[in-house]
Amino acid sequence: MKIQVLGSGCTTCEKLFELTKKAVLELGLDIEVEYIADVQKIVTMGLMQSPVLLINDKPVMVGFSSNLEKIKNLINHHNVSENTEL
Amino acid sequence: MNTFYLVQSLADYLTYTVFNIDPKTILASSVNFFIFDTIKIFILLSVIIFVVSIVRSYLPPEKIRAILSRKNKYLGNILASLLGIITPFCSCSAIPLFLGFIQAGVPLGTTFSFLVASPMINEVALVLLLGLFGWKIALIYIVSGLIISILSGIVIGNLKLENLVEPFVYENSIDGNIDLPSMSKKERIIYALDYTKDIFKKVWIYILIGVGFGALIHGYVPADFLAQYAGKDKWYAVPLAVLIGIPLYSNAAGVVPLVSALTEKGVSIGTTLAFMMSITALSLPEFMILKKVMKIKLIFIFSGIVGVGIIFTGYFFNLIL
Repeated sequence: MKIQVLGSGCTTCEKLFELTKKAVLELGLDIEVEYIADVQKIVTMGLMQSPVLLINDKPVMVGFSSNLEKIKNLINHHNVSENTEL
Repeated sequence: MNTFYLVQSLADYLTYTVFNIDPKTILASSVNFFIFDTIKIFILLSVIIFVVSIVRSYLPPEKIRAILSRKNKYLGNILASLLGIITPFCSCSAIPLFLGFIQAGVPLGTTFSFLVASPMINEVALVLLLGLFGWKIALIYIVSGLIISILSGIVIGNLKLENLVEPFVYENSIDGNIDLPSMSKKERIIYALDYTKDIFKKVWIYILIGVGFGALIHGYVPADFLAQYAGKDKWYAVPLAVLIGIPLYSNAAGVVPLVSALTEKGVSIGTTLAFMMSITALSLPEFMILKKVMKIKLIFIFSGIVGVGIIFTGYFFNLIL
């Protein structure tokens, strides 16, 4: 599973990056969260809000949220569906 | 205001019974004012931001763009300004919004209508205006804000300033169709609650400080104290207020209570409105961010047009109210 935070380099985007790393840690997953500061990439994906949480290159959350449980749920959901596919 | 009868009773009870302050003193009036205003604003803030967030979950910027890219000039400016009301403006999203609009073929003038309305008519400022000035002033603020953003966008569109946008912006174009992560009703409610909580965390301290300062002034500074400096008859009050407003953005939540206190002490209402609009619509940090996608000349033209609109609004309401 690939987890990325796509942002415009602002402080809110970095906050989401930290929060996502925390979520991964608390879920006990061995995944490196990547932070990409590239506004054009956000726009090319068709989005206009930043930051964006990407799992396997798909946007799962658009815009900032400080809700750690929500982020954990999103990651968990994808983690489970990935494992059942295998 | 009967709506807040219970809050007033609570403020009275706390001031006169719990804190045991003599109702005839200035201190009592200040404390009472502080408790009543803070609770009232916190209630308004929770309700209004929650409702706006629910609406926004159905109309994110990506959907707004799809609506705007198909509209003709004037209708586009009107819709862009209206839709700007429900979209929060954060420095994080200014650039993606601008690029996303332009690259999907939304005209420059329409994009500017949105860029003016979105920060100027924001829900935090509205809640505070509603709570501290009443619904009439809040409505005047919304309507004049809409007129300014619609007209600024039309003027910028007619000036054909596309050459003042950084060339790289036009190098990419996108079709603007996107499948956003879908949301259930429950998820929308969670989103709105989260958003309301996040805003609260950000602004509560400014509101306490602002209302606190206002409460102090309320009790201890004579009414009309400021009329001699910034009353209706002072021609320079409006442009001066606009200039002072430009560098003040981040503390809009604290500035409105302060502004309300100033009005109470003699600053005229048109000047107050112009000050508020300048704080929200013209902000130095926003200009710095926009510099990445447009030439400084365009930022000057844009802020000049909006500034003139705001000054006109200020004089107009000083004249008729």
